[in-house]
Amino acid sequence: MNSGRTLNPEPSRPPDGRRIYRVSELTRLIRVALENEFGSVWVEGELSNVHVHSSGHVYFSLKDESTQIQAALFRGDRRHVQVELRDGLKIRAFGDITAYEIRSQYQIIVHRVEEAGKGSLQEAFEQLKKKLAAEGLFEAARKKPLPMLPRRIGIVTSPTGAAIQDMLNILGRRFPNLYILVAPVKVQGEGAAAEIAAAIDTLNARGGLDVLIVGRGGGSLEDLWSFNEEVVARAIARSALPVISAVGHETDFTISDFVADLRAPTPSAAAELVVRPKAEFEQWLAQWAGRLARGLRQRALELKNRLLKVERSDVFREPRSLVKQYRQRIGALHAGLAREVRHRLQRRQQRLDDLGLRFRKQALVWRDAKKQDLRRLAASLKALSPDAVLERGFSITRSADGRVLRDAARVAAGERISTKLHRGTLESEVVKGGAHGGKEK
Amino acid sequence: MAEKKNDQKMTFEKALARLEAIVAEMESGQLSLEKMMEVFEEGSGLVKFCSGQLNEVERKIEQLIKKGDGTETAPFEAAAAK
Repeated sequence: MNSGRTLNPEPSRPPDGRRIYRVSELTRLIRVALENEFGSVWVEGELSNVHVHSSGHVYFSLKDESTQIQAALFRGDRRHVQVELRDGLKIRAFGDITAYEIRSQYQIIVHRVEEAGKGSLQEAFEQLKKKLAAEGLFEAARKKPLPMLPRRIGIVTSPTGAAIQDMLNILGRRFPNLYILVAPVKVQGEGAAAEIAAAIDTLNARGGLDVLIVGRGGGSLEDLWSFNEEVVARAIARSALPVISAVGHETDFTISDFVADLRAPTPSAAAELVVRPKAEFEQWLAQWAGRLARGLRQRALELKNRLLKVERSDVFREPRSLVKQYRQRIGALHAGLAREVRHRLQRRQQRLDDLGLRFRKQALVWRDAKKQDLRRLAASLKALSPDAVLERGFSITRSADGRVLRDAARVAAGERISTKLHRGTLESEVVKGGAHGGKEK
Repeated sequence: MAEKKNDQKMTFEKALARLEAIVAEMESGQLSLEKMMEVFEEGSGLVKFCSGQLNEVERKIEQLIKKGDGTETAPFEAAAAK
């Protein structure tokens, strides 16, 4: 009843030496023995016959190549299981080994589930990623720029998948005249990683290519695993040619993606990322050529306009007329100057004339005044003249030698004298010389 | 010799970048007519170079085939491969 350490418990009743168990008794003993021997374990296997009961419990088998074990995941534990259980999925289950006594079936009551492979692969992935990151292989500075115009493209992929067909179609559509060299490789399974790495090296060694695309179409994590292997990552890292990694779908990230110079979400996307449509290039070039020509035309036009402007300016249009203009201006200046001078001269003349007139007038006045004065003077003079005296009866007597005689004593008898009267002269002889008897006038 | 080296190194990217610079220079209106003609010549040459690059390569799809120690190429026939 209680637990025993041995599979050979004490028989309950020994008839004739034999120990006969009841089924339930035996079954219970087996169950207890199982539980005691194994307890809780981890077991890895592939899911099959997954059945969700209406009660919410899940029943399934875990199997490998040759055997299987029954398992149950009860509703209460199911909440803690993230993995979606489906046939074919490899899982690791943690649970208790026990027996279902009614059917004498041993089984594992599962408490926890994780995807098999995923754990270890994920771990390997993280480890390699960490290692390569530490070496600086993912650094942006290491990434080679992709050529703007790759005309020779190497593709490392399976020659049979849809991926290569998609890429060739897209490339042919975008840029009809490309040289494409496919390096056919296994992209999954044993030896795939080594093939991929070797192909990358080979394409680099051949030379003549501009860029590489390395990838494959979608698949399970295991399918894509080659692109998570170090040998591939190293080959991409040492590639002298820029590498575009194109593995799986948008959501799949591989080590190759991190090492590559560019990650394309899918192979088709890689074909679109690697080269622009040729038509776009041609359009570009046409635009540049157009701008070039326009630039020159515009500049030429500008210069021409400037030239025209200069030509239209006075100096260039008619130099002679300019000289003429200057002459005219000088002439006008001259004329103005002459006019001015004349004007001034005229004004001066006027003033002189005015002055002359006034002078003449004054002179006349003066002259008239002088004439009167003279007349008055002449009258006075006349009154004083000897004639006027003679007229009044006086006479002038002169000696023979013409001297006016004022003293009678100066004349001796016998001397001849002449006496001037008012009219005519008398000649006489002095009878008696004069004495100072009288007063001479 | 230096020129030859430059020619060998001339890439589509470089040609486009130079072309862009030339056009910008032309459009700035700062160039003399003489210089203008000069860069126009150069730009025309670059357009020609780029156009040549676009058409230089012929359409061809090949695949690598192992041959002894080395490899050689053959026309790629994907449909037949499957």
